[in-house]
Amino acid sequence: MIQPLRLQLSGISKQYPAVKANDGVHLSVAPGQIHAVLGENGAGKSTLMKIIYGAVQPDEGQVLWNGQPVSIRSPAQARQLGISMVYQHFSLFDTLSAAENVWLGLDKSLSLAEVTARISAVAQSYGLAVDPARPVHTLSVGERQRVEIVRALMTNPQLLILDEPTSVLTPQAVQTLFQTLRKLAEQGCSILYISHKLDEIRALCHHCTVLRAGRVTGEVDPRGQSNAELSRLMIGAEPPQLRHAEPRGSGALALELKGLSLPKAEPFGTALEGIALRLHAGEILGVAGVSGNGQQELMAALSGEDARAPRGSVQLFGQDIAQASARKRRRLGLHFVPEERLGRGAVPTLSLAQNTLLTRTEAVNAAGWISQGQVQRLAEELIARFKVKAGGAGAAAKSLSGGNLQKFIVGREIDAAPKVLVIAQPTWGVDVGAAAQIRGELLALRDAGCALLVVSEELDELFEISDRLVVMANGRVSPAITMAEATVEKIGAWMSGLWQEEGAQHAQA
Amino acid sequence: MLRLEIRPQPSKLMSLASPLLALAITTLLGIALFLLLGKDPLRGLQMFFWEPIKSAYGWSELGIKATPLVLIALGLAVCFRSNVWNIGAEGQFVVGALAGGWVAMQADASSGRSIVLWILLAGVAGGMAWAALTAWLRDRFNASEILVSLMLVYVADLLLGYLVYGPWKDPNGYNFPQSISFLAVTKIPKLFDGWRVNIGVLIALGSVLACWALLFRTYAGFALQVGGLAPAAARYAGFSSRRSLWLALLLSGGMAGLAGALEAAGPLGQLTPYVPAGYGFAAIIVAFVGRLHPVGIIFSAILMSMFYIGGELAQSRLGLPKSITGVFQGLLLFTLLACDTLIHYRIRRARS
Repeated sequence: MIQPLRLQLSGISKQYPAVKANDGVHLSVAPGQIHAVLGENGAGKSTLMKIIYGAVQPDEGQVLWNGQPVSIRSPAQARQLGISMVYQHFSLFDTLSAAENVWLGLDKSLSLAEVTARISAVAQSYGLAVDPARPVHTLSVGERQRVEIVRALMTNPQLLILDEPTSVLTPQAVQTLFQTLRKLAEQGCSILYISHKLDEIRALCHHCTVLRAGRVTGEVDPRGQSNAELSRLMIGAEPPQLRHAEPRGSGALALELKGLSLPKAEPFGTALEGIALRLHAGEILGVAGVSGNGQQELMAALSGEDARAPRGSVQLFGQDIAQASARKRRRLGLHFVPEERLGRGAVPTLSLAQNTLLTRTEAVNAAGWISQGQVQRLAEELIARFKVKAGGAGAAAKSLSGGNLQKFIVGREIDAAPKVLVIAQPTWGVDVGAAAQIRGELLALRDAGCALLVVSEELDELFEISDRLVVMANGRVSPAITMAEATVEKIGAWMSGLWQEEGAQHAQA
Repeated sequence: MLRLEIRPQPSKLMSLASPLLALAITTLLGIALFLLLGKDPLRGLQMFFWEPIKSAYGWSELGIKATPLVLIALGLAVCFRSNVWNIGAEGQFVVGALAGGWVAMQADASSGRSIVLWILLAGVAGGMAWAALTAWLRDRFNASEILVSLMLVYVADLLLGYLVYGPWKDPNGYNFPQSISFLAVTKIPKLFDGWRVNIGVLIALGSVLACWALLFRTYAGFALQVGGLAPAAARYAGFSSRRSLWLALLLSGGMAGLAGALEAAGPLGQLTPYVPAGYGFAAIIVAFVGRLHPVGIIFSAILMSMFYIGGELAQSRLGLPKSITGVFQGLLLFTLLACDTLIHYRIRRARS
């Protein structure tokens, strides 16, 4: 007898007020299959997963679970059926131990000691190194993710949903995760793997369903496909090729950090220790590293959000700006794009037009009056120039998809013609098409003579656009190396802080 | 079991209709209340919704009550939009009345009409000073502005009591706890002969315009609101949260103080222990029912004033207790919050 499919969706549709998020979606997942769901941001992946996990109810369509029609009303019911989900953003309490965090999500019949024992058992059988007794704030991001996965596995799920799981991992940690997932699949657990990273899907998954604008545009075996074929299914076109002009030799010294040390501002932050680096006009300096190694703190010290830096430790064209306000730095030509788009780079409930006012004050006259017409025009220009998909200049920032809001924010800063642009995670959670466009804009800005400091967790991206690279680990920054010297292995090792011996001769790059 | 589920897209129309819906529910609850108390509900509603507005005299009285409500609520709207929770406008109102009253008590036969301006300025300064205490405690010691501003209301009440029972007591006042009656020259100019309504109404309307411009047309107002909506975005933009705190508290304190001075030198004409009439607290309801919008605040202040006057009428004509005013005001806020919840959430039946 043929085993029924683990999960079968047919004709799933979901209409939101502004957009049809899912339109007649079919999806079939066999037991033990690693099934990729590929799509750009806004293609309807998240809605589909929420429907499977019971967080959203579909308008139409049928869900079969192990051959039986079911209607999944809530995440609790989904867990009872044997569906577990690991979210992209972890939901762990920093001050509690790993075991206590897992315990919180379970029914209360078990004691903490029993839970701890079960965690160790689960962790061991899947090769997930987790110490249940350690407080979460001492764990690396990869370890936190393992805690989340262990938590999901505690209920012996038959289907595990992973949402963009590798966006926070080092290349080495990604390999470890893949081994775990393959092992799970061998034991019959089905896995839904949501991602837009084509290489990973081709390396890991048995089957791939591609979504575009709420519809299924392809069902393929990714192992037999090229990146170009997959991306054509996903965005309907080849991704634009990057034009990477050779650096024309370094220009004037634009931004110099020396002896930048900062005690941590919050208990679970990272202290910065003696950071030194030099950024020249007309180059892109990439900052690699696993998140949580001081990148956030460095960005805040550069942007002026944290103005505690020692005097003289941050210099912009020779001028000390270590303790200048964010607005002062911006007036001097240093612009910044933060990694959080909603709530930091933009105010969610305000319109795009009003959001231009956060960093652009051309529409404000000397007396402090705002010219509404000018604000409106600026937003409309940005929308047109950077091809932002939005309901006009009056659309609330939160109504945009992540990629489109990022295009708007990056565009807002690029359009200001900065002399130095500091940008964190330029394409984090952004679809392939938008990511290529943003990288192209950054390169064009470099060619126009701007100095760029790009912090990213995606090594591919840094290798693609950087002229030189530094690595951050434990609140310190490695010496800079040119792209000719950089290899993935070397940078991967440096991410663990191992650059002291070999890096010395490059210190004055 | 019922549970609340967040709506993907809150309706803009409903956020405007919500105060009207709340008013309708308040009215229905009012009818039930009158029936329970054995009164004719029609007569009861008439006291609240018709008697206060049926004559020009009624409108004059509404203006007297609505003026302090509008002024205080405008300041509070700016505060609340900046995420600064000033609950102590009542105290700032009292200190404003004390400061304005002190200037009024200095008047003598040689004083000119310009003293009114000084009374109002003193009121603003008094309210600002009282709010500055809260701002300083928050800024310097990170004390909760909600608790500090609220507790300072009672300090202000005690200060008023000390002054009118002690140093400022009228020597010819038969030992009543009250200051001298202010000279006629200090009176806030009236708009029409024979009615109590004074230029405070014009000041309030001017303030509505000024607050609207501040909030929606100036960079300073934008910075204040960003600080309230998304503190991280305000830091990113480089807007100082300390500046917002001081600006919002000084502005709302000044507005409450101005209302206090207008009241002391207007309808009251002297200082008594009965200066605090609850305007500072009622204005919190006014600000929210008015959607924290300057124009909305005009309408909600008129509505709240109808409750004040209706309550007094219900007391004298129907023999209902005066606390009926507070009951109506409370019901309105309660139903508004309930309606607002349903704008952002919907109720779902969940089996658990």
